[in-house]
Amino acid sequence: MQDKHDNEHDGGGAGRRDFLKCMAWAGAGTLLMMKGGVLHARTLGATAGAEAKDATFSFAQVSDSHIGFHLAPNPDPASTLRAALAQVDALPVRPDFLLHTGDLTHLSRPDQFAAVAGIMQESRAGKGKVFYVPGEHDVIGDQGAEFFRRFGERQQPGGWYSFDHRGVHFVGLVNVLGLKAGGLGFLGAEQLAWLKKDLAPLSAETPVLVFAHMPMWSLYPAWGWGTDDSLEAMGYLRRFGSVSVLNGHIHQIQQKVEGNITFHTARSTAYPQPAPGQGPAPGPLKGVTPDRLRSYLGIRSVRHVQGRDALAVTEEAMA
Amino acid sequence: MSRRIVHAACALLALGGGMATAIAGPAGHAASPAANQIEIRNFMFTPKTLTVPVGAKVTWINRDEEPHTVVSANGQFAPSRALDSNDRYETRFSKPGTYTYYCTVHPFMTGTVVVK
Ligand SMILES: [Cu+2]
Repeated sequence: MQDKHDNEHDGGGAGRRDFLKCMAWAGAGTLLMMKGGVLHARTLGATAGAEAKDATFSFAQVSDSHIGFHLAPNPDPASTLRAALAQVDALPVRPDFLLHTGDLTHLSRPDQFAAVAGIMQESRAGKGKVFYVPGEHDVIGDQGAEFFRRFGERQQPGGWYSFDHRGVHFVGLVNVLGLKAGGLGFLGAEQLAWLKKDLAPLSAETPVLVFAHMPMWSLYPAWGWGTDDSLEAMGYLRRFGSVSVLNGHIHQIQQKVEGNITFHTARSTAYPQPAPGQGPAPGPLKGVTPDRLRSYLGIRSVRHVQGRDALAVTEEAMA
Repeated sequence: MSRRIVHAACALLALGGGMATAIAGPAGHAASPAANQIEIRNFMFTPKTLTVPVGAKVTWINRDEEPHTVVSANGQFAPSRALDSNDRYETRFSKPGTYTYYCTVHPFMTGTVVVK
């Protein structure tokens, strides 16, 4: 099965259609291998363990913990954030660091940020290095002042940043500030100019990983699922052989491949939202029963395999 | 919860207080005299355009599980804080004009208050 997928993908033009077929069953227990911007899906099994040993490093992603939310289907998002961090701590290979792609809190209240900080300190992964980017729920009323004070990297005045880790260039972007009436997520001219400069010295072979809260492609604009000026950012990223973009915001896994750029949105640790356009609005799926809730939540781990030019993305549901 | 609000509103009406207009029943009681009220439901401001006389106080009520805000698109009136479920925001419009506002959490949500 896995060889068949590899061969099909190597065929070039047919790859996109096969990728879409693969996506139909990608989910918990499925490994997505990325090569030159093309994902290869295979089920987790004995081979996954062998690959884990080769991996130069791995990291994990959690998203949309919404501490302060108190309604159906999850009146206790603190306990599910704890469960997500326990999942990260239980990964077979210890991740070098953790990404939190925003909406730490529900209402940007200082006590909610304090609660997040406390919960993070309860886990090994949360006590280690965590890179945060804000969601729109983290910047209400104060332009993100409290978020950046507690969780910011303090590299650029606007809150965005980049770093290199074992050959991979990471970029954390802020697309939830300065939002215009009637608009979507927004990066802004200043951040785009910085991004262009930040990427300029890198060779095209450098794997690039971009993370931000709101989807960086036009996923479902009617519900605000997109970023107004993401095309300009993609213009700077297109020359690289392998670009992965990790987002949150929509509380479900969605993927898209555009040339060498692969987009992934993540599950929430708090509650699911409907598939694009399914229902009147993108609010919480409040009909999800307590026994089913954790099957919608989870974490993501990403492994960089040195010498294979590949990032392996694994989605893990909480239950 | 909503039952309690209805009772409270009824009690005030029984007292004959003019204050009663400021306390709205939940949807389904939309025919209440609280005309200068905008409901936030399913990520929409309803009515999307509200026309009020000069000096009117307008009330927004969030009926969603999601927080929303009410923010003037060009700073013409004071912004609300984050409105949690069933939170309300009130502001008085003392000058005629067209006031466009949006939710900064979900900026695709826009509405207009016309004051004349
Ligand atoms: Cu909103």
